[in-house]
Amino acid sequence: MQITVTVNGASETRDIEPRRLLVDFVRSDVGLTGTHIGCDTTSCGACTVLLDGQPVKSCTVLAAQANGREVKTVEGLAEGGELHPIQAAFKEHHGLQCGFCTPGMMLVGSSLLEENPTPTDEEVRWAISGNICRCTGYMNIVTAIQAAGQEGS
Amino acid sequence: MYPSTFDYSAPEGLEEALGLLSELGDEGRVLAGGQSLIPMMKLKLAAPGHLIDINGVSELSYIREANGHLAVGALARHADVSSSETVSRHNHTMSSAAPWVADPLVRNRGTLCGSVAHCDPEGDWNSVMLAVGASVVARSTSGERVIPITDFVVDFFTNSLRPGEMVTEVRIPKYQGPAGGAYLKLERKVGDYATVGVATHLALDGAGMVAEAGLGLTAVYGHNLKVTEAEEMMIGQAPGSELFAEAAAIAARTCDPDDNVRGPASYKRAVVAEYTRRGFAQALAMAKEQS
Amino acid sequence: MTTTHEPRTSPEVGGIGHSVRRKEDDRFIRGAGNYLDDLNLPGMLHMAILRSPVAHARINGIDSSAAMEIDGVLAVVTGEALAAHGLAWMPTLSGDTQAVLATDKVRFQGQEVAAVIATDPYIAHDALAFIDVDYDELEAITTPQQSLATDTLIRDEKEDQTDNVAYTWEAGDQDTTDAAFASAARVVSLDTHYPRSHPAPLETCGVVADVNSITGQATIYMTSQAPHAIRTVFALVAGLPEEKIRIVTQDIGGGFGNKVPVYPGYVVATAASLLIGKPVKWIETRTENLISTGFARDFHMNAELALDSDNRITAMRANILSDQGAFFSDAQPTRFKAGLFHICTGSYDFPSAHVTAKGAYTNKAPGGVAYRCSFRVTEASYLIERLVDNAAREVGMDPAAFRAANFIKEEQFPYLSPTGFVYDSGNYHGAMDKAKEMIGYDDWRARQAEQNADPDATKLIGIGVASFTEVVGAGPSRDYDILGLKMFDSAELRVHPTGKAILKLGVQTQGQGHETTFAQIVAEELGIPYSDIKVMYGDTDNTPYGLGTYASRSTPVGGAATAVVSRKIRAKAQKLAAHLLEAAEEDLDWEPGKFTVRGTDQSVTIQEVAFAAYTNHPLGMEAGLEGVTYYDPPNMTYPFGTYIVVVEVDTGDGTWKVLDMVAVDDCGVRINPMIVDGQIAGGLTEGFAKANMQWITFDDDGNCIGSNFMDYLVPTAWETPRYRLGETVTPSPHHPIGAKGVGESATVGSPAAFANAVIDALWSRGVKNIDMPVLPHRVWGALNDVPISP
Repeated sequence: MQITVTVNGASETRDIEPRRLLVDFVRSDVGLTGTHIGCDTTSCGACTVLLDGQPVKSCTVLAAQANGREVKTVEGLAEGGELHPIQAAFKEHHGLQCGFCTPGMMLVGSSLLEENPTPTDEEVRWAISGNICRCTGYMNIVTAIQAAGQEGS
Repeated sequence: MYPSTFDYSAPEGLEEALGLLSELGDEGRVLAGGQSLIPMMKLKLAAPGHLIDINGVSELSYIREANGHLAVGALARHADVSSSETVSRHNHTMSSAAPWVADPLVRNRGTLCGSVAHCDPEGDWNSVMLAVGASVVARSTSGERVIPITDFVVDFFTNSLRPGEMVTEVRIPKYQGPAGGAYLKLERKVGDYATVGVATHLALDGAGMVAEAGLGLTAVYGHNLKVTEAEEMMIGQAPGSELFAEAAAIAARTCDPDDNVRGPASYKRAVVAEYTRRGFAQALAMAKEQS
Repeated sequence: MTTTHEPRTSPEVGGIGHSVRRKEDDRFIRGAGNYLDDLNLPGMLHMAILRSPVAHARINGIDSSAAMEIDGVLAVVTGEALAAHGLAWMPTLSGDTQAVLATDKVRFQGQEVAAVIATDPYIAHDALAFIDVDYDELEAITTPQQSLATDTLIRDEKEDQTDNVAYTWEAGDQDTTDAAFASAARVVSLDTHYPRSHPAPLETCGVVADVNSITGQATIYMTSQAPHAIRTVFALVAGLPEEKIRIVTQDIGGGFGNKVPVYPGYVVATAASLLIGKPVKWIETRTENLISTGFARDFHMNAELALDSDNRITAMRANILSDQGAFFSDAQPTRFKAGLFHICTGSYDFPSAHVTAKGAYTNKAPGGVAYRCSFRVTEASYLIERLVDNAAREVGMDPAAFRAANFIKEEQFPYLSPTGFVYDSGNYHGAMDKAKEMIGYDDWRARQAEQNADPDATKLIGIGVASFTEVVGAGPSRDYDILGLKMFDSAELRVHPTGKAILKLGVQTQGQGHETTFAQIVAEELGIPYSDIKVMYGDTDNTPYGLGTYASRSTPVGGAATAVVSRKIRAKAQKLAAHLLEAAEEDLDWEPGKFTVRGTDQSVTIQEVAFAAYTNHPLGMEAGLEGVTYYDPPNMTYPFGTYIVVVEVDTGDGTWKVLDMVAVDDCGVRINPMIVDGQIAGGLTEGFAKANMQWITFDDDGNCIGSNFMDYLVPTAWETPRYRLGETVTPSPHHPIGAKGVGESATVGSPAAFANAVIDALWSRGVKNIDMPVLPHRVWGALNDVPISP
């Protein structure tokens, strides 16, 4: 079947099998490899993208379901070469180590900040609790998201 | 880990969806949130021949009050339930449970109706629905049935839908007077299934006696379990720790949990009892705030 | 000699002690990292592996004809096909052998049986269902106790193997230890199991093998923590000429020990690429990762402490039974069959110890990798810290006070331990005092006494202490090798004419920030700004030989090599500077980045010297400014610290939560304090994970329970405690920059702190031990005298 998805503002049309997962569409068909795969059970959030602005696990959405809709990936966070505040904050506050969970964490964080620019430690932890990080122990991720909120507000 | 091949349709209206469902028979399967179905397909535990994706059927996306009940449409996501003021105003058990379903990202996709239809004994929603006396609206090309939740939940991953039917709505009765409820879930981490989950619901009459009592259990039986004996025993009684302890004892002996890596049956029974006591105590505190 | 290291360089130069922001982050925050699965080569094929559904079975035959019929399937590789090329078996890093694809029988659930090569990953995975394997099931041996008792041989293919024993090992002195126990005033014992765990980095393992059939050049992109050693193993396994093997490791999405070994998938993909003549990619699924690649721990430990009448420890003895799985594939130095378990005497001063260990084969996945620890140090540290904690309570002493009374004192370093290690430096009392002060130890004890005194209390407070000593930085070549390769490490530094530099390393980052911290070492030594130094690693054609990154060895060994090569270059720079300044070498003073003629204002910068090295070098001197160093450490380093955690246990459901935690670490000189803190926070979380939820177990048939992230529980931000971090600085006296290594300290030290806290809460209720993970049902079982298994 043919689908057209707006990915980071660009219209992407491809012929796909109905069973194709959105994460494979994004990574292999569109070629945006910043979205990662960390598990098979909808557990880790490494594949997080924003679907019509909402964070979802793209390993558990069919590409077909994104037909006619908007997907934003980590590559779409920076605008016009300017880093999104959350990107700058992750670097400034050492919110990443190996970098594998980072795209998902930043997308969830940016989505949280849209609704609540000044989240508490607990609110941030709750929001990112669908995303696993194995390196950082989360403390600096929380700090980075909070700092990005301060920066943006 | 990829799903097997299947055909795919994305109807834009309910009638079209029901038509497809009727036409496809056993081959057809409704895809709503997909947060249980797609993982099962990836693990090859499910291999439907044709998916009917109802995400475009926007008429099913609602949470509203209607005719003395709360109506949750088939496209209402867990996150919608969690943030709904209508829900928090009318049903404490539901608003208590919603944040503990899966994880925040899954809640953005997964639906309450889908979870109810899935009938996973480790799923949270059916215990809540059993406790609050919900009913399920099933539609097909030949009409609509309203099925009490006790008749809808048949067994392990088994509901009473007939071929060609889909769940379009879950109805939760509203109650009069002071009421409260809670869902207590022992999960090892966010996103985990319940080791034990206990849904409680309590409504008081004008004299402060128990007018309604609801008790539903997760993960301690072949399906979500309504503890009718405890509920009936509580009606008309004075609410308090003694009554709740009695209900807890009934719940603990009514359930039939497995021994597994989450603990022996004796442990789970103990937690059922503990959470029944705690849940009703919380429900009572809420109800008292309103009286 | 506790000191704080004040930076000697400016923030712009960014030498040691500056928390400069990481250079590697610029690509990661843009989603522009280069992880293995991001690599797609023209014509690349995809591989999927068929794994055994059962734990122990004889293979009667494999029929892959139906799979071969599928459109897009190019080949199905079996063990028989590999055997024809001598590739059905491969050596493990412990000198055992491991099946690449099973030929005779399968020995664990998840073992590699066949591989499909197809044009698309979806097709490759589809085809697995069409391979028919005829198994004759055998008895599954799932515990080491069962393994030692049975006549069934797991490794019946080994001619010299007459039992299921994988290894035996001992350390210390039995006679003096027995004598100490015979005269002990009191003996405290502990029987515990450190459960099987899995590092589970968020990125699974994988490979893209690209063998050029014309030139014979094999370029193998791989998720490896040790690319050079892997190249040599490949040369030995496949018989390929080593100069034609190039292992390339780009960004790694976490390793934690999981990415040290050679896995069958790497070998099969390479063989397939060789046979088909096209690049072949294999990416593990999470389930494959958890059920087949290197597990960690799985140590059954029985130990005793002898105490004298003054509550001083006089001796320790321990017997270990380790569950090795089907193949002995621990990644550890040749001479150390039980890793560096000798460190089990911990932070305490006593004269005698005797430790024995025996490894048993079982029908479980092989591994024994050092999961964020230096070769079995975690198990050792857990054992002594649990024992000491119980001993304190047995004799009625406060656990912190009991430790302090038995610590090795600052003036005793270097300290020879009863198992033969020479601890380089330490100040255990200093770390303990700081941790107690930070957490408000006495106040918590008072609150605990009040709250727990109520016999009806349903929330009990527990305070857990752990004062660990680690041993890292393997290691001196006289003792340490892997498959004969000595455990030195290397650095090559080239300073370009404009004063910018390239540093090439034999170690391999997996998120630790080497591109930044190693540049900071050079910045410290040469005064070249860290931002002017490019750090390269992970390409065996273009970096010097090294043993890789694991066991916290990068800073102790690779970091030392970097400092030494920088100093070599500085020595040459001094000669050049003398030439430029027309002064005698010995009349020059050095400050980072500049030589000055003593007593004058005449100076040259390192950049000017670098330019001269290529444009104006004196007659008789070689041009250029570069060097290479292979650093052979004179000793291991011994990081230490004290962690204190306060928990509240709910007696109703057995859950527990952390109310407060402090971690005081002493890892010697900290190169980049921000990165060090990040390593510690991450390590504490993995320690918490193992104490609280994370384990892999098996049913009686050898089915793995914990084969995906629904069952193998790793904590999210929601469960993870908040930590407060503190430091003391006791430099390593033998390390060029005084650093000790830190990546693993927190994972080594913290599990016992968490476990001790829960036991501390329950001790008055008669609970003396709960094995990790300290799951709610185990807590409840211990409180209610209900036997729990598992």
